[in-house]
Amino acid sequence: MTANGASALGAAMPEEVAFTQEVPRGEPILEIRDLVKYFPLTQGVLFRKQVGAVKAVDGVSFDLMQGETLGIVGESGCGKSTLAKVLMNLEQATGGSVRYKGEEISRLSGSALKAVRRNIQMVFQDPYTSLNPRMTVGDIIGEPFEIHPEVAPRGDRRKAVQDLLDVVGLNPEYINRYPHQFSGGQRQRIGIARGLALKPEIIICDEPVSALDVSVQAQVINLLEQLQGEFNLSYMFIAHDLSIVRHISDRVGVMYLGRMVEIGSDAEIYDHATHPYTQALLSAVPVPDPTARESRDRIVLTGDVPSPANPPSGCRFRTRCWKAQQRCEVEVPLLVAPSWLAGAASHDSACHFAAERESEQSAAERESEQSAAERENGQGGD
Amino acid sequence: MGTAAQTTERERGTPYEGPLLDVRDLHVEFVTRDGVARAVNGVNYSVSAGETLAVLGESGSGKSVTAQAIMGILDMPPARIPRGEIRFRGQDMLKMSKEERRRIRGGRIAMIFQDALSSLNPVLSVGFQLGEMFRAHRGVSRKEAKDKAVELMDRVRIPAAKDRVNDYPHQFSGGMRQRIMIAMALALEPDLIIADEPTTALDVTVQAQVMDLLAELQAEFHMGLILITHDLGVVADVADKIAVMYAGRIVETAPVHDLYARPAHPYTRGLLDSIPRLDQKGQELYAIKGLPPNLLRIPTGCAFNPRCPRAQDICRAQVPELFPVTEDDGTPLEGRGSACFFWKETLHDR
Repeated sequence: MTANGASALGAAMPEEVAFTQEVPRGEPILEIRDLVKYFPLTQGVLFRKQVGAVKAVDGVSFDLMQGETLGIVGESGCGKSTLAKVLMNLEQATGGSVRYKGEEISRLSGSALKAVRRNIQMVFQDPYTSLNPRMTVGDIIGEPFEIHPEVAPRGDRRKAVQDLLDVVGLNPEYINRYPHQFSGGQRQRIGIARGLALKPEIIICDEPVSALDVSVQAQVINLLEQLQGEFNLSYMFIAHDLSIVRHISDRVGVMYLGRMVEIGSDAEIYDHATHPYTQALLSAVPVPDPTARESRDRIVLTGDVPSPANPPSGCRFRTRCWKAQQRCEVEVPLLVAPSWLAGAASHDSACHFAAERESEQSAAERESEQSAAERENGQGGD
Repeated sequence: MGTAAQTTERERGTPYEGPLLDVRDLHVEFVTRDGVARAVNGVNYSVSAGETLAVLGESGSGKSVTAQAIMGILDMPPARIPRGEIRFRGQDMLKMSKEERRRIRGGRIAMIFQDALSSLNPVLSVGFQLGEMFRAHRGVSRKEAKDKAVELMDRVRIPAAKDRVNDYPHQFSGGMRQRIMIAMALALEPDLIIADEPTTALDVTVQAQVMDLLAELQAEFHMGLILITHDLGVVADVADKIAVMYAGRIVETAPVHDLYARPAHPYTRGLLDSIPRLDQKGQELYAIKGLPPNLLRIPTGCAFNPRCPRAQDICRAQVPELFPVTEDDGTPLEGRGSACFFWKETLHDR
């Protein structure tokens, strides 16, 4: 289906597709359904044969709404960066669909793909390796205009680049400088300016601040928030720093081993998490408050993340989960709001035994109180 | 700081009263093509047995260079140590012979590095690398060394240690590799461990495991621990006292609770304020303006003055020493110091 489908879709699409129609705020601008990306594992040199696949992204579905920030969190190897690359069409999806404003884009090629890419841009993690050291800042930020000359005619480019530098808080006179003359935070601003050049609607930020110093991270986060308001951008914000994700995101998705295990509004995820993995992840975050050190109730997970080439059957988290039962081994849990939960706890969570942690704690407390009372009673009886 | 008891020479292994390690007025410079980069400009700190000192700072603050100077693993040249003392159990290590230092390094003071994959030799099995410690320092046989290696891997809770002792570093996950680094540091039961960003390269769930292990082993062996990090969360979790570094100087020292509750230096305050807080959602984050200084051209006076909201003329003219921090009525606050002319205002601002 892949090759034929791609050309058929490409041909069906008119050359000058520009995706100009506006999507109202709060409506999905990007719809991802059952997205799959496998990387083949091969053996042999002469007769290469596929012996398996790394299931980097394995059936992920979610919507990105117009004007929102969707945070994606998860540990290394959970597939969050692969997800970003597939959405950008830097990697071809193995299966599933990505719809941008209702149009399928995961199998596009040629000019149709170019038109889509104009509207979905990316900011990379490492500002030291994502900027070409031999190009001036002006060339780096202006390069998108070479590919999409309709955005800024040749004569206006220098001015356009200077405007972008100004927008991201850099001196427009720096246009002829090289990347090495800037600090990490300034380089990330250059990366953001490049991402903004084509006036995209969606920006995918893959760990945009994790390579920066603490005192500079806040500056870049503020810049991203300010730009979102100014240009009506939708962000997909991939990061492993949970406190920054909470600050910037409207909704948060949690990934584990190629799957989305829980997704909901920031309050639903951070205050009412129902998936055991999310609870463990949140409890492991070091809190910058020494008074919380003794009172913290940390779930320390045992073992490591299993290999994505050979993920566990059923629920993928079951090998590290303290709630795992027979059912988790055979039945893959669906990402739906559990019917037995109500209120803020009722959001999409892929666990057969989804439950809030607080209620569990109080249940445990109740139990221990009860048993203590029983013991007392027993002693009284004696 | 500087509460060092009168130090006398003592035999190795006997209990020692004063601080295990006492760094005094340490300066480290790097001679580069563009001039002299002053990475460390007069650092003082001390650690006692069983104590955890966290050295907090951004990249370029000199926190790692100080650690490397203590370990004696700086490349000299380009580095040089124009001034300072590094006293280990009262003896200045900078005045020791190479051979004496080599015996302390690894044996008495061990270091854990950030990136376990590049700190381990990829072509030697982990068992061999762990056993090497015993063969080099204790002169045991290969067979014995391997047994010791298995024992160590057990101790840092690597599952199936016996079967994995002959595996190579790439066959282990990041968390397991960092455990091997910890095992290696523990091998000779050192008095002091210096951990340079030990969990920065790890995922949060694994971070928690590794930090717990480190804290547990420290308590078990009653070791001193210097934890070098930029992560305010990790510091709050494990440290007893904190030294905050900026541009090669210690700008604030405090017991961990005091630092978070009432910082006395504008830089510390800025760092704490720039952590996203729950009640600030949707608002702009506080950000320290400007950039960390270039070590070739450290600003005159207080190095933080171009970024500081409190900076006055005196800050641009004079380098502030580490003033003792007291309550308003002059009651001294134990272990607290701030290198800011306006520490009083900063302390009471909150």
